[in-house]
Amino acid sequence: MTVDTAKPLLRAEGVSKFFGRQVGCREVSFDLHPGEVLGIVGESGSGKTTLLNCLSAQLEPTSGRVLYDTRVEGLQDVYRMSEASRRLLIRTDWGIVRQNPRDGLRMGVSAGANVGERLMAVGARHYGHIRAEATDWLARVEIDPERVDDPPATFSGGMQQRVQLARNLVTRPRLVFMDEPTGGLDVSVQARLLDLLRGLVTDLGLSAVVVTHDLAVTRLLAHRLVVMKGGAVVETGLTDQVLDDPQHPYSQLLVSSILQP
Amino acid sequence: MSVVTGYNFAYLDEQTKRMIRRALLKAVAVPGYQVPFGSREMPLPYGWGTGGIQVTASVIGPDDVLKVIDQGADDTTNAVSIRRFFARVAGVATTERTPEATLIQTRHRIPETPLRAGQILVYQVPIPEPLRWVEPRETETRKMHALIEYGVMHVKLYEDITRHGRIATSYDYPVLVNDRYVMAPSPIPKFDNPKMHRMPALQLFGAGREKRLYAVPPYTKVESLDFEDHPFEVQRWDDVCALCGAADSYLDEVIVDDRGGRMYVCSDSDYCRERREAGHLGPGGPAGLEAAE
Repeated sequence: MTVDTAKPLLRAEGVSKFFGRQVGCREVSFDLHPGEVLGIVGESGSGKTTLLNCLSAQLEPTSGRVLYDTRVEGLQDVYRMSEASRRLLIRTDWGIVRQNPRDGLRMGVSAGANVGERLMAVGARHYGHIRAEATDWLARVEIDPERVDDPPATFSGGMQQRVQLARNLVTRPRLVFMDEPTGGLDVSVQARLLDLLRGLVTDLGLSAVVVTHDLAVTRLLAHRLVVMKGGAVVETGLTDQVLDDPQHPYSQLLVSSILQP
Repeated sequence: MSVVTGYNFAYLDEQTKRMIRRALLKAVAVPGYQVPFGSREMPLPYGWGTGGIQVTASVIGPDDVLKVIDQGADDTTNAVSIRRFFARVAGVATTERTPEATLIQTRHRIPETPLRAGQILVYQVPIPEPLRWVEPRETETRKMHALIEYGVMHVKLYEDITRHGRIATSYDYPVLVNDRYVMAPSPIPKFDNPKMHRMPALQLFGAGREKRLYAVPPYTKVESLDFEDHPFEVQRWDDVCALCGAADSYLDEVIVDDRGGRMYVCSDSDYCRERREAGHLGPGGPAGLEAAE
């Protein structure tokens, strides 16, 4: 792998999480650089989501540190900063896209209010501007601006996932965490969402950590891969390298399990 | 009315009053902050003003003159029974006239007559938490208050404008107190919100079921939340009060027959009577009403 001397955006140092005697994830370390998309793959129960929760400041690891390059103070341990600044970080500089859009959206209020919520949270107080910005973002995720006033409950699953994306991107975050962003969507909708995601990541220079069990998703999105098994990282490397020439027996199994249509 | 014996002055025991006064002192010191307190069982059902009645019982003295209003009126069931309750257990003087009262317990209204320094206004509050509709978890709402995370309050107002073209919330309209805490002003109409701003009287809020007290000290800044392009506005009526002709008071619509006849009257019954005594006369209700009276 190339040695990158630039400052990392996110750094995991020996992150471990135990649930009693149960291992969530064990001794995970890596650097994520600006503009980079990291895929975390592995089978169900391999600790992918636990790791993502630890990284995204939602689940404090049992040991290890998660450092983030904040805009003002540089590299900071996210679990050591004050709760106020951590929550501010989560809702401005980060985005968290959940597998189930119902967990990440307010289903009772309009799509526009969903997208505008983060703007209002950071002090926007002009209805017209908020609505215009929300409409603009909905257009960017390919949702008809006509539907800005409809509640997400009336949208299809793929559209809800895109509203969730817009809601997270409206404050122009630098880092987005995604947990199975294409889970539960049919194949053609998955393809469009991936296309969209790839475009946005490139256009906005986003960094992202994407958890998925779908290797095709990582092939399209991720620059680098982390393969997990039983809570531990068994292989890391550039996406193409891992997918085309897997070294660890488990990675080989994973890659060979892809259905070839 | 005879004062009953066998009860401590103003029904509550001194130890309870002391606990409530301590909570009130804290509430006054931190305007808009909800202070938990050990709410007692009172001889009336939750929702009828158990919070307000405990606050009143704790701050009332033998020299106080008490006024109680419900929806602005002095003669509604709830107002009459609470007034009688304190007349019996505390032996205090009661009045229906706003300027004569030193202590006013209210449900749903602020009197039209401006309050003066030295008076105390006690509100009965059903749901003290303004963030409750967006966040059901108490631990989370406390955190949101602590960290001043009030963006979600505007989501509700945003949704109002989206659906109705204007901010349709018309009562319990959220306010920002002293530039710090977002507070539920109890279900008063938003018409009354501007009266809370820099009011010379002390405002105390009691929620009995939710066990919370909060306060707005005299002359405190109370701002209604709004958007720059959709500023806060109060309700207006095309009619004036049918009885006293007032155009500046909160009007209730009263259906007077089964043919769609209606009239508008002041919700503040004391204000309306005062105006009529001063010689003001309204246009009167539909003919059917006068015939019935």
